[in-house]
Amino acid sequence: MAAAAGIGTTSPMVELRDVGLRYFSREGETEALRSISLAVAPGEFVAIIGPSGCGKSTLLSLISGLFAPTEGAVLVDGRPVVGPNRKVGYMLQQDYLFEWRTILENTLIGAEIQGVPLAKARERATQLLTRYGLGQFLHHLPRQLSGGMRQRAALARTLCTEPDIVLLDEPFSALDSQTRLALADEITEILRREAKTVVLVTHDIGEAVSMAERVIVMSRRPGQVKSNHAIRFAARDGGRLTPFAARNAPQFNDYFRILWQELDVHVEANVEH
Amino acid sequence: MSKPMSNIDVAGTMGMSPRYRNWLRRERRGRLTVRGAQVAILAVFLVLWEVLPREQIVNPLFTSYPSAIWPTFLDMLKATPQQASILTHTWSTVLATVIGFTAAMVIGSAIAAALWWWNALYKVLDPYLVVANAMPKTAFVPIFYIWLGATLSIYGMSLAISLFITVLMIYSGFQGVDPNKIKLAQTFGASKAQILTKVVLPGSVPTFIAALKVNAGLSLVGVIVGEFQSANLGLGYLIQYGSQIFKMNIVMTAVTILAIVSSLMYLAISWLESAVMRRR
Repeated sequence: MAAAAGIGTTSPMVELRDVGLRYFSREGETEALRSISLAVAPGEFVAIIGPSGCGKSTLLSLISGLFAPTEGAVLVDGRPVVGPNRKVGYMLQQDYLFEWRTILENTLIGAEIQGVPLAKARERATQLLTRYGLGQFLHHLPRQLSGGMRQRAALARTLCTEPDIVLLDEPFSALDSQTRLALADEITEILRREAKTVVLVTHDIGEAVSMAERVIVMSRRPGQVKSNHAIRFAARDGGRLTPFAARNAPQFNDYFRILWQELDVHVEANVEH
Repeated sequence: MSKPMSNIDVAGTMGMSPRYRNWLRRERRGRLTVRGAQVAILAVFLVLWEVLPREQIVNPLFTSYPSAIWPTFLDMLKATPQQASILTHTWSTVLATVIGFTAAMVIGSAIAAALWWWNALYKVLDPYLVVANAMPKTAFVPIFYIWLGATLSIYGMSLAISLFITVLMIYSGFQGVDPNKIKLAQTFGASKAQILTKVVLPGSVPTFIAALKVNAGLSLVGVIVGEFQSANLGLGYLIQYGSQIFKMNIVMTAVTILAIVSSLMYLAISWLESAVMRRR
């Protein structure tokens, strides 16, 4: 059960080696992360869950190279991370679409920043947006779109630069519950089809179990890896279940209960402090 | 899956309920009442200004009459060897104001960008900026006259009076840009210059408009007080000159043109605002 499933025959796509992170302020020193080691295999879909404030989003910032760890090493595709990397796409908690740009222009922001030939990027962006059902809204402004559509535009923006690794930071937290379920299905399907390596951060156990192949549980601050859980659903055709179907699978509740208990332990542990 | 918000056909006449029709009528009446009150205030003001001096309740020497303004204006349209046309005076004031607030916007934005770029610079200069902004800049009118001469001192005052508030407003606009939008740009590897040009500047357009609104008025104040001291041209000069020779007709005509000029500037900026904001 609690096996580091990611480390197998192939070299990991994302690897953290004994990573620690501390923040400094005049009031003192805060230890956010402590000796975190984990590995994600190419094409693997991993979810990280943990109580709020455990530093799970910070983990994504480290992988994306927004800042460096205080201790240890972060590697992407075998190379140490020194800054933002084109292999990594990062989807934030909200869409943060620029209200002064059309949907198409928003989707192109990454290509613009990275200096990629724009004609080609525009073609790809149009293709992605059309595929995600936004073909008629290319020249609309973000405020004219619903929350779910905006988040799909944000996904197109992330995938437009063709990253191999996609980091998802609670990508559905700003959406209503129906949209959330529908979009989880859509996005999971897209990411699986494109064989992306995915790291999803969430506090929603159901989301983690239904979308990921492996769930990593983190402890409260200072964040540490508490346990690793491989998630397997038996699909009739041998493929993988959609997140919505997984929620109805008999194993779903078992996984849910196990992870729930894992998180609960830490609440008690925290009380003892 | 959710659909884009559809616009309900509010104005549609199909199936308009009596209650709705009633609501529309009351809403319209409300708007007309406000307009009517606005016009009435202006009318009462003009009537009092005309009648009180004529009835000798106030001394007409001090106030002139609204009815005297148009003839005075026509009279002053003609340029004489002693006196330029009133249009030349007006143009001189408008030009100095436009130069003043354009310079304040450009220089102020550049300073604000520098403060954003080097946070340490902001930390060092912050108290000086706040004090410079709080200073009554008009106290410098005589000093500027000595330093810069007749014409430049007017531009200088117009710039000085609006520069510091521009820096403070635009800098705080830059600071107000959502840090998550900046983070988003950073995830794509954006450089500081790219963050400035692709996120911070376009994200601060509403702040630029707000600064423009404040500046247009302030720059006009700067020009007028500058002209009091040093000019022989401009509406400020006319006001100064007219009051010295006790010709209130000239003073009031100049003040009226000033009111019209500031209204037109306000309208121009409002138009610019709606043109820019349509994209938001």
